[in-house]
Amino acid sequence: MRTAGRYLPLALLLAAWEAASRLGWVPQSMLPSLSGVLALWWRLFTEGEIYTHGGASLLRAGAGLALSILVGIVLGILMSWSRPVRRALQPLVGILYPLPKSALIPILMIWLGIGHLSKVAVIFLGCLLPVVLSSFNGANGVDRTLIWSAQSLGAGRRSILREIVIPAALPEILSGIRIALALSFVLLVSSEMLAAREGLGFLISFLGEAGNYEGMFAAVFTVAALGFAADRGYLALVRWALRWREA
Amino acid sequence: MSREKILIQQVGHTYTPPTGAPVRALENVSLEVGENEFVALVGPSGCGKSTLLYMVGGFLPLREGRILVDGRSVEGPGPDRGIVFQHFALFPWKTVRQNVLYGLEKQGMEPARRREVAQRFLDMVKLSGFEDVYPSQLSGGMKQRVAIARTLAIDPGVLLMDEPFGALDAQTRGLLQEELLAIWGRTRKSVLFVTHDVREAVYLADRVAVMTARPGRIKAVLEMRLPRPRGADVQRSPEFVERSEEIWKLVREEAERAEGLPGR
Repeated sequence: MRTAGRYLPLALLLAAWEAASRLGWVPQSMLPSLSGVLALWWRLFTEGEIYTHGGASLLRAGAGLALSILVGIVLGILMSWSRPVRRALQPLVGILYPLPKSALIPILMIWLGIGHLSKVAVIFLGCLLPVVLSSFNGANGVDRTLIWSAQSLGAGRRSILREIVIPAALPEILSGIRIALALSFVLLVSSEMLAAREGLGFLISFLGEAGNYEGMFAAVFTVAALGFAADRGYLALVRWALRWREA
Repeated sequence: MSREKILIQQVGHTYTPPTGAPVRALENVSLEVGENEFVALVGPSGCGKSTLLYMVGGFLPLREGRILVDGRSVEGPGPDRGIVFQHFALFPWKTVRQNVLYGLEKQGMEPARRREVAQRFLDMVKLSGFEDVYPSQLSGGMKQRVAIARTLAIDPGVLLMDEPFGALDAQTRGLLQEELLAIWGRTRKSVLFVTHDVREAVYLADRVAVMTARPGRIKAVLEMRLPRPRGADVQRSPEFVERSEEIWKLVREEAERAEGLPGR
């Protein structure tokens, strides 16, 4: 009953959409009917085309995001742990942070071509900073009495980094990764729309240019569904990883 | 008199906040804590009593004077000096048992023995049955008992306590004070106990050191000479009331100075 209530606004919106195009309030060329879009979505799945494009997109987003998480956590924590590293990286981070990473897409395409590599690079660069900053802030904000307690219990520098600083910074790191996850979809779709031979972003722009609006909407649906599922799955993972926190 | 376990000689400390002028926190502080002795350190807030405790712990750099523990000068934190903080400082991602096991593991104790020792100390602080919950599920008093068990489990010669009951409600504080005395009676550590609660200091300590307002100096050190073991009923005895009044007068002078109020 509760969940039904929560999805009511969405259901109303979809009903209004179907009505608008069926009753001719909006021309079909601007807004194809929902039923038409769903039918085409079904065809994309049964004919298997979606898997090639979806697979390429997931590979790119997954690789770029995974790299940014790995490198970002290491850099962020090193920045908080070591003064020379912080001195070296802080200005760079300051300059790169406000730069819209999508502006890098054309450059990276020239350097790396229009295949997987340029997409992975864009996603990696765009997702890196949120992870670096959240890891840095998380590691910097660790309560000093936690570190002191560990020291007086006999822990050395390495143990403290691994066993105290990283777990204590984890809540903040995980919220940075959630931002990176959302960003990875933005950068994926925009880079694939600009130039690619496959991928969901490519599919959206290709179908749109071909005038197949139902197909274009179906491709957009796919991206939205993937993004939603990824975020929900991620939140469940975070809840599990932080199960020690108070409810 | 028994030989000194902790020897603090002419310690001074100045710290510079990230923004602003340097602050003189401690000035020429000397104090000793004997073997098995319980010394309380009281003073107005901001007088540097916690700073001094952190220096004995080796958490803050020592640039003026010297601090010896068991005859060795303090160079940094170490398992010979256990510490209990006001806000417990438990590892929130570890269960109660894992918190107590952590220090034992760092001491290189073998796993089966670790478990046994951890259980013994959890039983001692009456937390049997809570071994596998996370700290977030415990009350403040229970959290502090976990912290005490975690610290005592590795058997430090010296126990440093930084207003350990300051974050607890009055009833819980009273119970934990009694429990601490009972545990101390059995384990006999040298304790340096920071508090701003005069009655707590008188109730627990053999000697009470009163610090001045900033920069902190030792204003007076008084022997309590109350009988041991002490039950809570000691707090109604005329000697207890007298000692408390005496110390309260000293602390009050300093508190007034710290607040910029005219003395006397």
